[in-house]
Amino acid sequence: MFAYIVRRLFLMLVTLFGISVIIFVLLRVVPGNIVDILFDAAGFVDPADKANLERELGLSQPIVIQYLHWIGGLLHGDLGYSYVSEKPALEEILPRIPITARLAALALLFSASIGIPLGVISAVHQGSKLDYALRVVSLSGLSLPSFWLGLLILMASVSLFGTMPIFNPNPKTWLEALTIYAVPAMAVGFRSAALTMRITRSSMLEILRQDYIRTARAKGASEASVNYHHALKNAVLPVITVIGIEAAFLIGGLIVTETVFNIPGIARFLVEALRWRDYPIVQNLVMFIAVVVVVVNFIVDMLYAAIDPRIRFGD
Amino acid sequence: MRSVQALAVAVLSVLTISDVSRAAEPKSGGIFRIYHRDSPGSASIHEGATYSVNIPFMPIFNNLVIFDQHIAQNSASTIRPELAESWAWSGDNKTLTFKLRKDVKWHDGKPFTAADVKCTFDMLMGKSQQKFRQNPRKSWYDQVDEVTTNGDYEASFKLKRPQPALLSLLASGYSPVYPCHVSPAEMRTKPVGTGPFKFVEFKANESIKLTKNPDYFKKGLPYLDGIEFTIITNRSTAILGFVSGKFDMTFPTEVSIPLLKDVKSQDPNAVCVVEPNNVSTNIIINSSGPPFDNLDIRRALALALDRKAFIQIMFEGQGDIGGTMEPAPDGLWAMPKEMLEQIPGYGPDIEKNREEARKLMQKAGYGPDKHLQIKVSTRNIAVYRDPAIILIDQIKSIYIDAELDVVDTAQWFPKVARKDYSLGLNLTGNAVDEPDQSFYENYACGSERNYTNYCNKDIEKLFDQQSEETNLAKRKKLVWEIDKKLQEDVARPIIFHARTGTCWKPYVKNVTIMSNSSYNGYRYEDVWLDK
Repeated sequence: MFAYIVRRLFLMLVTLFGISVIIFVLLRVVPGNIVDILFDAAGFVDPADKANLERELGLSQPIVIQYLHWIGGLLHGDLGYSYVSEKPALEEILPRIPITARLAALALLFSASIGIPLGVISAVHQGSKLDYALRVVSLSGLSLPSFWLGLLILMASVSLFGTMPIFNPNPKTWLEALTIYAVPAMAVGFRSAALTMRITRSSMLEILRQDYIRTARAKGASEASVNYHHALKNAVLPVITVIGIEAAFLIGGLIVTETVFNIPGIARFLVEALRWRDYPIVQNLVMFIAVVVVVVNFIVDMLYAAIDPRIRFGD
Repeated sequence: MRSVQALAVAVLSVLTISDVSRAAEPKSGGIFRIYHRDSPGSASIHEGATYSVNIPFMPIFNNLVIFDQHIAQNSASTIRPELAESWAWSGDNKTLTFKLRKDVKWHDGKPFTAADVKCTFDMLMGKSQQKFRQNPRKSWYDQVDEVTTNGDYEASFKLKRPQPALLSLLASGYSPVYPCHVSPAEMRTKPVGTGPFKFVEFKANESIKLTKNPDYFKKGLPYLDGIEFTIITNRSTAILGFVSGKFDMTFPTEVSIPLLKDVKSQDPNAVCVVEPNNVSTNIIINSSGPPFDNLDIRRALALALDRKAFIQIMFEGQGDIGGTMEPAPDGLWAMPKEMLEQIPGYGPDIEKNREEARKLMQKAGYGPDKHLQIKVSTRNIAVYRDPAIILIDQIKSIYIDAELDVVDTAQWFPKVARKDYSLGLNLTGNAVDEPDQSFYENYACGSERNYTNYCNKDIEKLFDQQSEETNLAKRKKLVWEIDKKLQEDVARPIIFHARTGTCWKPYVKNVTIMSNSSYNGYRYEDVWLDK
């Protein structure tokens, strides 16, 4: 197991290095840079001013030098300066991380706490009206785009209560935090909950047909004990994988949700930074997201091993 | 009985009058909450070219002179003093001298003097050590030879030749005076002004906050304790925020005509106005190569346009048809209707115009069996894309098959500069309803914003002639003649001039939306909240 962890950690570093190169190159391959955008906003291009600004921002240097400059800074904890706000990139990124992290955590919590039990119920009552109803719910969760769902929630809130949730990045109490984050978290987590529900259902159905379940029932185990002790424990492995993957994919849904609910998190910030071709913000944010995804993957694999004793990586 | 009634009427009228006078009395206090449509690139008005910068940052500054903030139509007669107490032209109309106020302080406590005026305009003219990153309105000061000071409270603009328009250009929201002691880089992030509100913070993609300047030189102003702009890029969320009372006003001139109906149906008490904004939707033509180097094809294109259809489809009929200058009655320099209708393509009989266009196309070698294949390029933004699609549909009728070529915003100007397009759909906003601004910026040979490189030396002479003319009536006639020639030359065919909406809650008082500019009406020093 130890050898496996060391190997995985090494591979994580290689992956992150690869991502850093790809991101850096891709960003520069995308047409237009911050200077083009700034002059676009001004409605003209003055070649001399443009060249001056490119020099000022270091964009006239060879790409390899620019990359080494970035990585060198990164290793020293210097993320550079935002081209747009002219503030340190770290100062811009750091306060936005907890906002998105809370939202993502709550969305995942919502997804797991709704998706797993409903998936189990759906499987246990296979073919019943309840099963069909839950399948419709999960299908709609996979089909409804989160921006539409978000807008629907906002519109319903305005029409029913004459108000809409205001986003306060610094809630004072847990209750306030929960009210602020709960609605957008549901909007973004609905899709994950639906997916979790489907995976749990199919995984449960497969397990419920196994011989050892029949044996447990024959031995007189209660229905609850069969379903939740014997079946769910084994059915939950693919569910964990899916939740892990969803955590990585959540960023897409968060971009939309943060835009619709006007939440100043990193997902919306990333899109805005991309629009401005604000390289220091984009490359550092993407690296941060990459680290999160790689670490989450690692944790999921570790959980696999912990839950299923048959799996012994590297042994 | 009659006397009782009379008494009741008298008492009621007194009550009503006193109530009106009470309601009209401005109240101090309150934060004015507006949503902002996007995150501006910087806080520096001089380096910006969009009202995304003017609207939140104009309240921080003062100009030498400003258009009256409560007369919707900007004109030379509505210019009022701000940092200047008075102004005077020299006898030869080549020197404009401003006497400055002596009681003005920058927000950091330093005194305002004539040196600040000189350094601001030296920077704009590119004569200073310190440079702006971008200087989009450098051409406004082409006729200024130098700015001189006489002591701390007098500044003079010495011109190469008379230019009466200079005063209007100085009265634009785009012409604030900057402090000499603050660098252009700091002005982008933490602007310092003399205006009614002081800068508090600008969080990209989040908010812009301003607070009352207690030492403002206009005593008793501003009424508001502060202004807060919440940046909301999603228009539906922003409008819902306004309807639900989270904002006192929408982002000015940003509510489209169809959306206005939604706002009024959800919030019937909202006060909404629709005004022209001096932004024209136009076609840029690459006449440097085939097929549009052929004047017949350019003219056919101009003849094919059904301008009313654009306005009907996009704005439910609320838009205006005109030339380069904003149409009357809001525009001051518009050609008379009868003159406009003489221009090919502006006549009311669209079918007749198109028949003529088809003949021109046939003369150029195209017809029912041989269509001209082109691309219509435009930016990937709805206000650009939508008219481009209508244009493509309309020019089908004259044997032109066009394909929509949507260009990423970052690539739009480089692509146009490379001449890598045939036809482009473009929007042109005019900061001031003033021919000098429009003609020199958009049509002068070599101007940076003259995207098509249109260059006609004869018309250029007329540009100077009208610019020097001090007789208003004579100048207007010259302007009409130039505008007509520009349309006949198919320099940059104007399709329509848009109108847009702004809404605010009924308790917001003293807001005036300018009717011939989107850039000049946001000082907000005497706006107050009746709640």
